[in-house]
Amino acid sequence: MRMKKYKQIIVHCTVWMCSVFISLNAMAQTDPLIEKVSQKLGQVNDYVAEGVMKTDVSFIKASLGKVKVYFKKPNLLKVKKDGGISLLPRGGVSLTINSLLNTKQYTTLPAGTQQLNGKNLTVIKLIPTDDNLDWVISTLWIDPQEALVYKTATTTKENGSYEITMQYGEYANQGLASKIIFSFNTKDYKLPNGITLEFGDEDPAAKQKALKNKKGTIEITYSKYTINKGIPASIFQ
Amino acid sequence: MAVIKVDNISKHFGALKAVDDVSFEVQAGQVFGFLGQNGSGKSTTIRMLLSLIHPSSGNIELFGKSIQKNRAAILEQVGAIIERPDLYPYLSATEHLQLFAKVRKQKVAASNITKTLEQVGLAHRAHDKVQSFSLGMKQRLGIAIALVHNPSLIILDEPTNGLDPQGIADIRALIQNLAKEEGKTIFVSSHLLSEIEQVANQILIIHQGKKMVEGVTKELLDPEKRVVQIKTLNDEQALATILSSSFSPYILPRKEGVFLKLPTQAIPLLNDSLVKAGISVIGIEAKNSLEDYFLQITSNA
Amino acid sequence: MWSLIQIELYKIFRRPRTYIAFGAIAALIIVIQFGLKMDGDAYAGFLMKDINDTLTVDGKVLNGYLICYILLQLLLVHVPLLVALIAADMISGEANLGTLRLLFTTPYSRTHWVLAKFIAASIYTILLLIWLAFLALFVSMWIFGTDDLFLMKSNYVVLIEQSDVLWRYVGAFVFASFSLLTVTSLGFLMSSMSNNSIGPIVGTMSAIVFFTILSTLNIPLFNLVKPYLFTTHMNNWKEFFDIKVNINNEAIRGSILNIPKIKTSLWVLTMHIILFVTASVIIIKKKDILS
Repeated sequence: MRMKKYKQIIVHCTVWMCSVFISLNAMAQTDPLIEKVSQKLGQVNDYVAEGVMKTDVSFIKASLGKVKVYFKKPNLLKVKKDGGISLLPRGGVSLTINSLLNTKQYTTLPAGTQQLNGKNLTVIKLIPTDDNLDWVISTLWIDPQEALVYKTATTTKENGSYEITMQYGEYANQGLASKIIFSFNTKDYKLPNGITLEFGDEDPAAKQKALKNKKGTIEITYSKYTINKGIPASIFQ
Repeated sequence: MAVIKVDNISKHFGALKAVDDVSFEVQAGQVFGFLGQNGSGKSTTIRMLLSLIHPSSGNIELFGKSIQKNRAAILEQVGAIIERPDLYPYLSATEHLQLFAKVRKQKVAASNITKTLEQVGLAHRAHDKVQSFSLGMKQRLGIAIALVHNPSLIILDEPTNGLDPQGIADIRALIQNLAKEEGKTIFVSSHLLSEIEQVANQILIIHQGKKMVEGVTKELLDPEKRVVQIKTLNDEQALATILSSSFSPYILPRKEGVFLKLPTQAIPLLNDSLVKAGISVIGIEAKNSLEDYFLQITSNA
Repeated sequence: MWSLIQIELYKIFRRPRTYIAFGAIAALIIVIQFGLKMDGDAYAGFLMKDINDTLTVDGKVLNGYLICYILLQLLLVHVPLLVALIAADMISGEANLGTLRLLFTTPYSRTHWVLAKFIAASIYTILLLIWLAFLALFVSMWIFGTDDLFLMKSNYVVLIEQSDVLWRYVGAFVFASFSLLTVTSLGFLMSSMSNNSIGPIVGTMSAIVFFTILSTLNIPLFNLVKPYLFTTHMNNWKEFFDIKVNINNEAIRGSILNIPKIKTSLWVLTMHIILFVTASVIIIKKKDILS
C-alpha cells in the first residue's frame, strides 16, 4: 500500500515537471535522431519473432522457454510461450521501442551523451503529450550512427519503472533486437504456511536469496524474425 | 501310538492356575469325552492342544510329534471348533467352507464342501450370509469348518451349545458315525455328562484345572459299581495290595487318596482283605454314581 | 502364502466398511474440484496477489497439475486416517469377532498369517492411493486441462514445464505409498496389541496427530527427535516438485533439488515399516489367543 502511494507521488511530480518542460518548450520539435530511429523502425509493419525467454527473479525458479513475440503497428504486442505459462513484467513488455515511438504522442528532450558497453550513446528523454498513455517518461540511449536504441528506462503510471536493454544482430537494419532484457523491481513474495501446508524447516538458502535480490530480469533472445507477413488481429486478444 | 499325549501340562495366568498338572492320552479311533464345569479349564486345555495358548509347563504331542515343533504338519490333520462359533457375518456358509478349505495344503474338492454342509444339515442355507443364522446354525457351520478337510483328529469344544434336541441328536449321531464308520479320533468337551456319556468311550473329568477322574465310560458309569474312597495310613501300600488282589477294581487316578470303582457288595470284602494285609484303614466312603460324583465335585466350586 | 493373501484380500473387499474410504476420497476430491471449477480464479488470484504486483502470468495457472498438487496437499494429511480404519482392524477385528482362533488353528504359522494380513492391508492402501491418484490427477487433467505447473510455495515459486511434470507425480505417488504404508504398519502394530478395534483405530489416529504436531512445531527441544519421526518425512513427496537452478538462476529441466532428502525420508519410512511389522509378528507369536 505504501509502495503504491509512493509511486503515485512520484508519478504526479513527474507529470507536473513534464508539463513545465512542455510549456517551456512549446515550440520544441522531435529530435532528428528519434526521427531517424522511427524511420528505421517504420519499415516494420508487423513481425513474428521466435526466441527463448529466461526469467531471472529471486523467488521464481523457471526454466528457459520458447516464445513467440507478435508485433503489429502501431503498438500491438503479444508474447506467447510455446505451450505453457509465461511470466512477463507487469505492463512493461508492451513498452518496446516500436510501441513507444509509433504513438508519435511525445516530445523529445535531449539529455546529453553517455557511455554504455563501450559505445557512445546519445541520451534523449521522451515525454508523452497524451495523458491517456500509460507511461510518464522514457529515456532512450541511442547510437547516433546506427540509429539503434540500446537501452530504455521508462516510468509507468501504474506499474513502476522498467529498463529495457537491447542487443542487435542480423536484424539491426530493421531496428529489431537480437536480445532484449527487461529489468524491474520485485516485491516480497510470501504465502502463509497455513495456505501452502509447508511446515518445518524453511530452506535458508532460498530465504537469503530472496532477501538479497529485489530486482528481476526477463530476457528474450530472438533467433528468427518473420517480418511484414501479416498477423491476424485475433492474436492480440 | 497315542493321537494325543498330554504330559503334566499347566497354565498360569498370573496367580491363577487355569490348568494344573494335567496328563492324559487319547488313542486312535477313540471318542474322548472331556468333561468339566464352565471355567474348569477345558477350553484352556483345548487351546493348548491347538497351540493357541503356550503352556506354562509340560509337553503336548499330537500324532507322536511335539505341537510346538511340528505345528503345520499336525494341524493339517486336525479340525477344531473352540467355544462359541465365531464367524464372518458378511460371508455365506459356502464361502466360509471355501475359505477354510483354501488354507489346507491338500486340495478340498467342491463336492466335499457340499457333502459337509449336508452332514451338518445346512445345505438349504448354503448361500445365505451368516449374519442371518441362528446360534444353532452357526454352531453347525463351525462343526462343518472343522470337518471340511477330512481331518483324522477332530476337536469339538461344546459342539451342542445352542442346539435344539433334534440338533443335539444329529450331532451325536454325526460324532458316532465319524468315529465308527470313518475311524476318526474325536476329542469332545462338554459340561453335561449326559451328552458325553452317550458318545464318548473314554471320559476325563477336569475341575478347577485339575484332573479329577479318568476312565472308560462303561466302567465309570456302571450302576452296579460305586466310586469308593479308601482312607488309610499308608495309601501306597493299600493301593499295591488292592492291585494284587482278586477284586480287580477300577482305579480312579488321583494324586491323593485311593479312589476305586467296584461293585457295592465287594466293598466290605475289600475292607477285610486290607485289614488282613496289615493296612490300617481309617475309613471307607462310597460316593454313589459317577454322575453324583461329578455333580458333587463340580458343585463344590 | 499367496492363498493367505488372497483370503485376506477377499475378506477386506467383502466388508462394506472397506468402501467408506474410497467413497470419502471420491467425495472430497469431487467437492474440491467442483469448488475450484466454480471459484478457482478467486483462489488463484489470492495465491498470486504478491506475484501479480510485479508480473503478469499468462497461461492456464489453474490447470489439472496444480489442482492435483493442491488435492494431494490436503488429502495426504487426511488419508492416513482412512487407512487406519482398515489397518488397525486387521488383527484386533478378528480377535473381537472371534475368528482369529480359527485362523491360528490352520496349518499356517502365525507369522504367515500376520505377514499375509499386512500384505493384504498394504495392497488395500496402494489401491486407495491409486484411486486417489486417478481422481486427483487424471480427472483433474480432464476437467481443468493441462499446462505448466506453477507451484506457489511459501517463499518462492517453481514453474515446471508441462512435459516435466508427469514423471514427478509418479515419483510423488510412489513416495506417498511409503508414507501411507508406514501408517498401515503403525495401525497394524496397534491392532496386534488389542482384542477390539476401537482402541487401535483411535490410537493410530492419535499417534499420527501427536507426531504431526511434534514434527511441525518449531521448538528447539522437538528438533532433536524430529528427524526420527515418520510424520516429519511423510510429506516429502513435495520434494519431487522442487527443481535445481544453475548459476544463471535458470531452472534445470528434469532435476530435483534435494534428492538426498527424498532418499533419507524413504529410508526412515522403510525402517519404520520394518520395525512396526516385526514388532507385530513378535507380539502375535508370543500372545496367548484367548479370544
